[in-house]
This record gives sequence, C-alpha cells and structure tokens, in this order.
Amino acid sequence: MAPSAETIRIKIDGRELDVPKLMPDWQGKLQPTTMLQACRLAGVEVPHYCYHPRLPVAGNCRMCLVEFGTPMVGPDRKPVLAEDGSPKIARSVLPYEPGTPRGAIACATPISPGMEIYPNSAATRQMREAVLESLLINHPLDCPVCDQAGECKLQEYSVEHGQAASTFVETKVHKPKAVDLGPRIMLDDERCVLCTRCIRFTRDLVGDDRLGIVNRGSYNSIAAYPGSRFENNYTLNTVDLCPVGALTSKDFRFQMRVWFLKETKSVCPSCATGCNITIWSREGRIHRYTPRDNDAVNASWMCDQGRLNFRWVARADRLTEVRVARDGAPLQRTTGPSALQEAVARLGRVPKGALALVASARLATEELWLLRRLAAHFEAVTDVVDRPGTGDALLVSADKNPNLNGARLTGIAADAPGSRLAAIAQGISAGRIRALIVFGEDVTRHGIGAELLAKLDTLVVCDLFESETARRAQVVLPGAAPAEKRGTFVNTKGRVQRFWKAFDAPGDARPELEWLQDWVAAQTGAPVPATVEGVFDEMARGLPAMAGMSWAKLGDLGLPLIPPAAAAEGSKP
Amino acid sequence: MIVERKPLNLAERLYIPAVANGFKVTWRHFKRTLFEGRTAAGDTAGGFHPEVPWRVGEGYRGAPYLVRDQDGATKCVSCQLCEFVCPPKAIRITPPGPDGAPADRRNAEKMPREFEINMLRCIFCGYCQEVCPEEAIFLQRDYSLSGTSRAEMIYDKEKLLALGGAHAGLRKWKQKEDEARAQEAFPPAAS
Repeated sequence: MAPSAETIRIKIDGRELDVPKLMPDWQGKLQPTTMLQACRLAGVEVPHYCYHPRLPVAGNCRMCLVEFGTPMVGPDRKPVLAEDGSPKIARSVLPYEPGTPRGAIACATPISPGMEIYPNSAATRQMREAVLESLLINHPLDCPVCDQAGECKLQEYSVEHGQAASTFVETKVHKPKAVDLGPRIMLDDERCVLCTRCIRFTRDLVGDDRLGIVNRGSYNSIAAYPGSRFENNYTLNTVDLCPVGALTSKDFRFQMRVWFLKETKSVCPSCATGCNITIWSREGRIHRYTPRDNDAVNASWMCDQGRLNFRWVARADRLTEVRVARDGAPLQRTTGPSALQEAVARLGRVPKGALALVASARLATEELWLLRRLAAHFEAVTDVVDRPGTGDALLVSADKNPNLNGARLTGIAADAPGSRLAAIAQGISAGRIRALIVFGEDVTRHGIGAELLAKLDTLVVCDLFESETARRAQVVLPGAAPAEKRGTFVNTKGRVQRFWKAFDAPGDARPELEWLQDWVAAQTGAPVPATVEGVFDEMARGLPAMAGMSWAKLGDLGLPLIPPAAAAEGSKP
Repeated sequence: MIVERKPLNLAERLYIPAVANGFKVTWRHFKRTLFEGRTAAGDTAGGFHPEVPWRVGEGYRGAPYLVRDQDGATKCVSCQLCEFVCPPKAIRITPPGPDGAPADRRNAEKMPREFEINMLRCIFCGYCQEVCPEEAIFLQRDYSLSGTSRAEMIYDKEKLLALGGAHAGLRKWKQKEDEARAQEAFPPAAS
C-alpha cells in the first residue's frame, strides 16, 4: 500500500522536509509514520537491530535511540514563539533531570507536526555508544570463528558508532554455544543481542510459534519450545534476519567467509513461485542462496528447501563433453560446431511432421522461444514434462517447474502439460515419428522408454546430466544450469523475471541458448539474434502477453505478463 | 641553479688515474685473497653462503609459517583474513565446513582443513602476520627457499606447521572455557 498523501512537515538534522503522515507497516496497513521511516525518507540511516520493515515493531534493542525536539506549547495551548517568530523547540530531556537529553526509539515513535529529529547530534551519538557498549558486555568477541563476520551489524555499528574500549571489567557471562536448534540452524547464545527478530518472524509470518526467550537478566537466551525443534520450512530466513552471528546456517557453517563470495542476482529454480535470490559463489562453486527483496513475489523470504537445493549444479555426472555417434559408431567426443553440423544434416533429412520435441520447463523462456522456432520449422509435436508436487500457503508452489508458464506462453507445453508425451510415444512406436529432440529431460523416465528411443532414426539431446536418453542419442550437447547462464523465467503468477550468470558452465558445456542460436540459424536459414537480450526482445515482439517488454525494461524485479484480455485489446488498431 | 662545468685538467682528461684509483679496492681484495687467504664473506659472516648460512637480524621478514601454541595445537582458526589481505594471493585456505575435524585448540570451534602458501608468489610483506587475530602466522627467518618443481613450492598445512615451531601467546579460547567452567549457570558441554 502506498503512503498517505497527507504530509507532516518536520526537520531532520536541521533540514525541513514533508513526510507522509501515514506509512505502511509490516503488514501493509497504514500507520503513523515513525521517526525511523522519516529519517529513511530523508536519506539518513538510523542504526537498528530489532527493527525490520517486514516484521512487527518490538523496540527492544534501543540502538535506534535518537534525540528529538517538539514545538513548545504555552499554558494557553498556543505554540511558544521565539523572537524571530519561529516556534520554539523543546529538546527531549529526562523529566527529573532537565539537563540530560532523553532519546526516543526511532522505530516506534511516531512523528508529529513541527518535530525536529537530531540523528547526528552529540547526544544521539553518545546514546549509541552507550547502547553498543551495553550490547557488547557479554558478547564473546569471537569474530575469527563467527560465520557472520563481514555481514554483522554488531561489527558494522561498532566501527561506525562504537567506541574502542569497554568500561566493563567483570567476567563475561557465558551462555551455551553451538546449540542445535533445529535440523538447519545452529544457535550461539553468547552472540545473541536478544532483538527477537527470529521469534517474531516464525510467530507472525510463518505461524510456527516455536522460539522464545528463556531465563532472566544477563542469562536471557533464545530457545526452542522445550522438547521441540525449530524445523519448519522457513527456518533459514532467521539466519538472514539475525543481525549478529547467533543464528547460523548449518549448511553454510564454516564453509567460506562472505567477503570472498560473488553476489549474482538470480531466480530460484526449485518451483514456480520464482523467489528472487542472490547466488553467493566463489570460483565456480555456489556456496549459498539468499532471498532478494521483491514485494511482488517473495518479500524478503524464501523456503529452506529451495535455498539448499543447489548442490546438483556441481554433481559429478554433469555432461561436460559434446558427443556425436556417426554412422552407427558409439558416441565420441567432438567439437560443438561439428556436432551441430551433424544434427542439422540428420534432421534435414527428416520429413515435416515426423519430428517431436520434448523440452524441459526448467529452460529459460528465450531458449523455449528458439525451440518453438525450431519446432515450427519441422511442424513438430512438442511438450514438456509436468512436475506436480505439494505447495504451501506461503511461498512453495505445487508446480515444481520454474518456467511452466514460459513453456505455455511459447506454445511448447500442451494445455495440460505432459499430455502429449503419450502421443509422442505412440507416434514413435507406430513409426510416424522418426526423430526426437530432447532438451533437459530424461524421457525414458517419462513414458518414452529406451526401446522406443532405439526405433528412432535420430535423437538429439541437450542436457546437464548423464541419462539413459543421453546415452541413446546420436548428438549430445552439454547444457548449463540457471546459475551458469542468463535468461528469464515466467513464474506461476505470470511475472517475467531475469536471472544472471554467476560463473561458466563446466567443460564444453554451454548455455542451451548458445547451442540453439547456432542450431536454429543453421537449420532454418533465418537470422537469430546473437544475444540473450536480442532473443528476449524478439520474443516480446512476437508474444502479445509480452507486448512492450524488453530485456532492459524487466529490471531487477521483473514485470507481470499482460493478461490475455488486455493483450487482445492492445492488439486492436 | 646552473652548475658551472669546470674544464678538466690533463690528468682528468687522460682518465688513467681514475681507472687506477678504481682498481684500488679490487687490488686490495685480490692481495688479501691471494696472499692472506682472507675473504670479505669470511670476515663478515664466517664463510660463504651455502656452507655457512647467513644469519639474518631480528625483525627480518622471511618466509611466513604457521605456529602451534604451547600445548602443541594449531593456532589458526581459519578466519581467512590473511588470505583476504595477501596482496599476491599466495595464501589459500580451505575452511573445515560443517563436517570438518574439530579444532585442536579446545573451545576454538574451527581450524583450517588445508592451508597453503605458494612461496613462489609470496612477497614477504608481512600483512598476514599483521592481520592475524590469533597470532598464528609469523614471518620467520627462512630466506633461502628452493624446490625442484612449482608444486613443491606450495607449502601445505603440515609443512607450514612443522617449519613454524611453537609460539607461546595469549590463550584466549582456553580462558573463555575456564571462565565458562567457573560459572555454574552454564557449564559448557563436555568436549
């Protein structure tokens, strides 16, 4: 929901500014604008731990304390004016100690007309120093062994706002370390600053009220409800939420320091929701996925299942060689151009209508578009493999193909996805279909068995992994995982989203799009755009649902497809 | 400022006296070696290099090696700061990962699975020693590093620890554990 149109005039750091009176809270409901939101609008960052824009406000870390002032009101309820006619401002002070500034937590204090906020005053800085010193009293300072080092708010704020020395000379309170909180989460109670972000997340967003604070005073610690484990499908979001190193991922534990990792914007390929993610990789190896903010899709979250589903990219049975079987000889390694030449020559002999194409709905939309052009050239029967699964009410979709909508849009998928596979099998069996192109699937596991494949004159396979289908092919082209190429997915709600390449595919493997660009051009004789951008733009011109879109216009957050009715409207002169 | 160039006199123009002067030092050493059996290396270091190693002074920045603590445990906790700071990228650390061996030092949680320094790349700048929060790596006095292949010049964790020796320093992890043990409320899990 957009902020209210009504504004309030306030001063931040001496700068006058109109801010909306109401702004959306974590649930999107309009609430009075807080000092922290106002400062953000003014471009002033107020340090905070417990505040998170997508969680209910708790106001317990005290890090966002700021000094402020309000217009003085006289006994007659009228503003007191200074000599120059401007309203006099009363700085906030302790009621019983008028010389001492009294801060307010910016995350939970609403602004009022004429208010002045001093996020950089001496008193504010002093409050921050004191709060940080207090938070660090029992902190173990074990950054060298802490996975959060490098992305830790305690480290960052200590550098920006803290002081070097602590006045605390007593022995630190020691709390449990390396606590096994759940199957994917490790807890270090000593590092915790008790901001309760994890508690609020799992209670208010996931609805699994599993975490709480136990014990008192300095012994306060986070714990799962006695006798239970923190194991819902969204637990790893608490690792991202945790501003310090208290909650860490068991999967990422001691794997790599975050400052070595390269961040690549991508889209999760594990289901049709298409959560926006960041791939963290180093030297061709994925170390972790984290969610990337997108209000239209996944807010700031993603499921654990999708987050941990990346090891397959580095599987040992990845295809890394281009292979061709010439004149009945077994498959042998060859170069890309000679393999394509073989495929073009073989398929050139196939009569129209005697070819079928099975593509994966895990391919990028651009690749499916070029496959569509190839299929149209041969008047081929096409379909995808459907992957139904179980979804949930939050993010997980029941459709486990990341781009089924893209396959539908380009016309590769049947109306009921996978329904034409049986017809293809029948066609091969009856000898009507003489050649088959398979992209990214092992069709022997989807109703087109090895004995049927043996009947074909020509089988061209482009896939990531060794499979029965790839072993029986005459031409094998090694493909690339989404992390190894650029492209777009169309998610279940019809949002077109880009993903970017994090590193090169192994060996001779190339993105499917690169194979197809050369192949389609050679097979059909028609020109094919040389870049991903070009193919996308060509596709956007060709599909009414993508009218007006271009690769550049998609941006980081993607664009929704135009609904069929509106698309029909737009196509009228 | 313009320096006036003085005209050379006859002796200077001949150059022979200058050449003779230049040979004075050479001649002196020649005589010493030939008739007295003395050498400059022998006078200063006690002999020639490979036979008599050159003794480097305090603070010399030689090869960086890993050290063990007074209990013989690996000090390095695999924080990878040296790998990050190393200007020629000579250091390469493989962190233990979630299923790696537990640290030698009690309570330290972490130690490297593998630690490699490519001595062909190392420029002996000392940044690794300076950045190390655990006092686990020191530039020591070795200056003569040689090997018969490039692979041999990549020193692994075992080799670095064997060459590094021991360094008695702060035992902060032990201190943390002792403190925790002294507190009744949260005895650490027996490890």
